[in-house]
Amino acid sequence: MTAAAPTQGGTPEGQRVERSAGDRASQLGWPVVAFVVATLAVIPIGFLAVSVLDPNVEVWRQQWRTRLPDQLVDTAVLLIGVSAGSLLLGGGLAWLISAYRFPGSRLFGWLLIAPLAMPSYVLGFVTLSVIGFTGPIQNWWRDTFGQDAWFPEVRSMGGAIVVFTLVLYPYVFLLARAALADQAGGAYEVARSLGAGPFEAARRVLFPLLRPALAAGVAVVMMETLTDFATVQYFGVDTVSVGVFRIWRGTFDRDAASEFATLVLVVALMIIGLERVLRGRARFGEAGGAAAGVGPRRLRGAKAAAAFTTCAVVLLASFGAPTAQLTFWAVEEATGDRGTPLVDRFTEFLQNSLILASLTAVVCVVLALVLTNGPRFSRGRGIGIASRMTAIGYAVPGPVVAIGVVLALVALDDVLEGIGLGLPGVVATGSLVGLVYAYSVRFLAPGLNAIEAGLEQVPEEVTASARSLGSRPSSIVGRIHVPLARTSVLTGAVLVAVDALKELPIALLLRPIGFNTLPVWTYNLATESRFEQAALPALAIIVVALIPVGLLSLQLSRHAEAT
Amino acid sequence: MTSRRFLLGFAALAALALGACSSGGDEDTIRIYTGRHYDLEEAFTQFAEETGISIEFLEGSDAELRERIAAEGEDTEADIYMTVDAGNLAQAAEQGLFLELDSPILEEAVPEALRDPGNQWFALSARARTIVYSPERLSPDEVPTTYEELASPEWEGRVCLRNSSNAYTQSLVASLIGSRGYDGALEIVEGWADNAEILSNDVIALNSIRDGLCDVAITNHYYLARELEEDDTYPVALQWADQDGNGTHVNISGAGITRFADDPELAQQLLEWLATDGQSAFVDGNHEYPVNPDVAPETLIATTFGETFVADSTNAAEWGRLNADAVRLLDEADYE
Repeated sequence: MTAAAPTQGGTPEGQRVERSAGDRASQLGWPVVAFVVATLAVIPIGFLAVSVLDPNVEVWRQQWRTRLPDQLVDTAVLLIGVSAGSLLLGGGLAWLISAYRFPGSRLFGWLLIAPLAMPSYVLGFVTLSVIGFTGPIQNWWRDTFGQDAWFPEVRSMGGAIVVFTLVLYPYVFLLARAALADQAGGAYEVARSLGAGPFEAARRVLFPLLRPALAAGVAVVMMETLTDFATVQYFGVDTVSVGVFRIWRGTFDRDAASEFATLVLVVALMIIGLERVLRGRARFGEAGGAAAGVGPRRLRGAKAAAAFTTCAVVLLASFGAPTAQLTFWAVEEATGDRGTPLVDRFTEFLQNSLILASLTAVVCVVLALVLTNGPRFSRGRGIGIASRMTAIGYAVPGPVVAIGVVLALVALDDVLEGIGLGLPGVVATGSLVGLVYAYSVRFLAPGLNAIEAGLEQVPEEVTASARSLGSRPSSIVGRIHVPLARTSVLTGAVLVAVDALKELPIALLLRPIGFNTLPVWTYNLATESRFEQAALPALAIIVVALIPVGLLSLQLSRHAEAT
Repeated sequence: MTSRRFLLGFAALAALALGACSSGGDEDTIRIYTGRHYDLEEAFTQFAEETGISIEFLEGSDAELRERIAAEGEDTEADIYMTVDAGNLAQAAEQGLFLELDSPILEEAVPEALRDPGNQWFALSARARTIVYSPERLSPDEVPTTYEELASPEWEGRVCLRNSSNAYTQSLVASLIGSRGYDGALEIVEGWADNAEILSNDVIALNSIRDGLCDVAITNHYYLARELEEDDTYPVALQWADQDGNGTHVNISGAGITRFADDPELAQQLLEWLATDGQSAFVDGNHEYPVNPDVAPETLIATTFGETFVADSTNAAEWGRLNADAVRLLDEADYE
């Protein structure tokens, strides 16, 4: 790249020729790369989706007569409940942290994204074990107030909504906070200084500017909720995703299960559509310099205490208490005579998890940069459509992606063999390549979303100026777009890495023999209902996932201080 | 971050990644895809010590591992496919994933009801899905003794059962279809659905009896054994179901040798060992019953639950095949 670039002393003519050749190449290059990426992302799901062309009418009719209507209702209620909860918690806390100063506010700004590191299935089983009917809290309650004393049903839709909200609100919090630190907050301050009251400034300036961030955050929250099939089962919530697995595992009819997976996909498409609508058409390019962000006001007395308590309670419920409980169990197991099985292979599991998460994050960020930058250097809407398509893997549950990837890779293997390029053994499934591929298909969307949101804040004019000054697209991306949107790029990488660290079903199905990750280790114990023994591995996932989360916190607070 | 540093980091990661997945093509190694997770290490280590044959295994869930073997076809590394229910074994046999074995040792060790009629797979451990109850709240003559009884109105609000997505629930219902016919089974399951608090796992069901949410439940026997191992005053007792009728439903953990096995004889040697000399190592740690009638169950279950009981003699392959019907039946019965 550097070798081909014109030297300082190059003639003006030379530069111009160089530029137009590069431009033409990139005009072609961006769409081609975007198309390939999109194809790779869509193929695995496509393998399954073809079964819809020949639907198993009997299964659909039977399901429609029995469970499906309730599943649709449960899915809708869960999604609405978790979205509302996450908006309230994520948006509210972001405002509290950004717009006010109170004792601990800076620290809370750091800590409140920690629940990102908590897998929902872990919070699910800890909650049921501790607060559920047979847990110590309710036992104490009954001992104190009598056997029939009322206690809210934990294993319920309400319980599921609370648990999902507690682990997923950080997605909204993160994006809202970044927006408040940037343009949205700054514009609010300007509106205030021009005489608008706080409500008017919020309604007319802040919300419109904040809306893309909130919409993106809620979309991620909804997708994570929609595609979950483990946590919902703890709480007896029967969603469409659960339906897919009942059909698949119970009747062994993979085609029928795939057809039901497309139903999940349809719901996901509705979510994406909703996000597009909520995000709105408006693009707010801002000329001139970094925005100042919202200026914090100091809270005192009762207001400060209330703000502090709110943050503390959320943090305790979503992270502090469950982590403490896991630690307690882990210590109990470690000092007991039973011990945690396979604890001697801990470092191996840890290393595997780290490799997998890092590779996935790197792959996803690179692909996301290509897909998000493409439209700036190439005409036509093809790239935009292609990058929308890559969200498909995020829109179906993990095992569906995994089976799709197995089928796709086996087909690839067959094709290669057909042209005499037989690959040794099971390159398809028994390799890390297949695993990273599947992870990337699944988690490209959250990375893409974050990076896209960041890039939207880089005005088109900046790109245009750089191009008119002769910079090549790749160097504009590397030297201008990424540095300007670095918080978003890091956010994208972290979201992918954290999801990958917590991911279970894909690893379960696709990993090479002997390659176990921390979630696999946890799962092996948890499926046997050995929750106390699963505490140590679960704790390990949380601690490891805290590394990228902490990194992100650091960058965010730096970003906040810099502006 | 400069792009060079970035590339260096990526290269290092990639190198690590390749190192991590270098698996040897070792000849004297048996590779297993297994839906069973517990006690494998102990049994396999013992086998390796006795024979010098090493074992590598990949844990997962039954259905997905079966799909993976089917997709990988002849490229699969799996010599053996092992599960914790008969449904997936029967399905794998139907998909033609297994070899038919000719093994007098296995045929002698595993009772006919617990293996595939075509000798494609064999049960290796037995788990009884039976009635458990609170001896504090139920007098001996009140304790239900059949699955049917739990469907009668007198038990309304007093039963805890496991949800219908669970393989154990499905295989129990499949065996009821096998013995009572579809409509007979439907009647029972509808009664259960009316009476029961549906829970997500057997441990919670047991603790719910302890804490008074319900008086009786249906669980796998070894979950109770585990609780009793930790606390011998645990206030839940076991009742073998249907002793005067079809017998208690037993779900199995079993295995077969894949059609794509590198060395089927080696794999067969392992299955034979697991069904004979290795039975105790394989089943005792999880308090399961051996399938081999010549092997005694471990002390705790032998003394508290009994050495033997009347087990449903319907062939496992049959209710394995009925699993899909069971799921439909559960849906129709509106069982959560």
